[in-house]
Amino acid sequence: FAVAGPAFARYSVDEAPTSLEAITSYNNFYEFGFGKEDPKRHAGAMTIDPWSVKIDGLVEKPGTYDLADVTKGQTIEERIYRFRCVEAWSMIVPWMGFELSGLLNRVGVLPGAKYVAFETLARPEEMPGVRKMNLDYPYVEGLRLDEAMHPLTLMATGLYGEPMPKQNGAPIRLVVPWKYGFKSIKSIVRISLMDREPPTTWNMLQPQEYGFYANVNPQVDHPRWSQASERRIGEGLFAKRRDTLMFNGYADEVAGLYAGMDLARFY
Amino acid sequence: MPPVALMPIASRANRGLRRVPTAAVWLGGLIPALWLVWLLANGGLGPDPVRPLEHELGIWSLRFLIAALCVSPLLRATGVNLIRFRRAIGVLGFGYAALHLMVWLVLDIQLRWDEIARDLVKRPYITIGMLAFVLLVPLAATSTNGAIRRMGGAAWRQLHLLAWPATIAGALHYLMVVKAWPPEPIVYLGIVLGLVVLRLGRIRRSAPA
Repeated sequence: FAVAGPAFARYSVDEAPTSLEAITSYNNFYEFGFGKEDPKRHAGAMTIDPWSVKIDGLVEKPGTYDLADVTKGQTIEERIYRFRCVEAWSMIVPWMGFELSGLLNRVGVLPGAKYVAFETLARPEEMPGVRKMNLDYPYVEGLRLDEAMHPLTLMATGLYGEPMPKQNGAPIRLVVPWKYGFKSIKSIVRISLMDREPPTTWNMLQPQEYGFYANVNPQVDHPRWSQASERRIGEGLFAKRRDTLMFNGYADEVAGLYAGMDLARFY
Repeated sequence: MPPVALMPIASRANRGLRRVPTAAVWLGGLIPALWLVWLLANGGLGPDPVRPLEHELGIWSLRFLIAALCVSPLLRATGVNLIRFRRAIGVLGFGYAALHLMVWLVLDIQLRWDEIARDLVKRPYITIGMLAFVLLVPLAATSTNGAIRRMGGAAWRQLHLLAWPATIAGALHYLMVVKAWPPEPIVYLGIVLGLVVLRLGRIRRSAPA
């Protein structure tokens, strides 16, 4: 008889993970400032305990769930994913987390639900970027329900076997490895099941540049820069530039979700 | 003419400045580059050294170009005379622009010529940045005393008006590359446009009525 390997091995890439130092000191988390080093510098002030997530909209069991309750009954496993930022850089991140579908099934998705909306904490007294309103806060993101239910879609609670560093979106964040990084919303305080496409922060700010789907696609360039290749972070001054892969290398798993869609139009 | 009240201060400053050799400006202008090399060697540029290196070289280029454009207005407004240093300031601006371009070509896009060609055509911020550099090349090439003699002062001054479009293009290039609206590129472009307004105002005033 055949023994199936652990489920997560199927989804992990076998590239060498980016160093913890690089992953935790090179972040886009505009609530703490525009600079890549700002989150590491300022995120220490963010209170992550207690933490609760409001789950509402088209669900059977809406409510405000304590973090322990959100993760209850879910299997936390390691997933080593490619991470590709819309700014044309990338990392390999060993996330710890559980499939979002596990949480959604537990709270019960009602039949009319077609989309999932997410919201990041916006606490001005702990977040200098929010005080300055350098973007329209709270930061919001969204997925189509089938994207949210895909086994690759993770609710991540840690990396490198440790609880999530604050600058990476503690205590709980989304990870959607086939989409540009800005879809993988950090420090989630609200999840809403909706019957229509929810507004998303970057799309509202610059709709010609950032679409709702934001699938990694080397053939569809950002209006201001090419997406054909990427720089790998943490490999020093002479890091070799890599070709960007369709759906960030997850085409076998997710291309079917977009069958028949014009990906240049729904970017 | 500068305000009378400033004159004693300006003449004292000018007396002091006359003792400063232009070599001091050249050497001082190398400090940012040496600082970057030091940071690079000590890991001070973080996990993605290419980006801050590229960025800092570009910013320093813009700072020197803006400083060079400030020399005349400063003389008119205060009487402080930095004309003797302007060539060094301007050539340093070109030097940092050249290093910025080299880092982009070699370390960032890594001589992927097909992507470079597409970027030059399709990306306005790259087109404008390259335009700024191209405009600076003839200025750098004619920055010697010999070139001024050969060209004649009037033609040389005319050619060096290109410093204006080059600096405006550099500041636009900076504003266009960023996501959202961080303050720095807006401030730099604001300063450049302020200098342009001053300059245009002077041209209009000096035109025959």
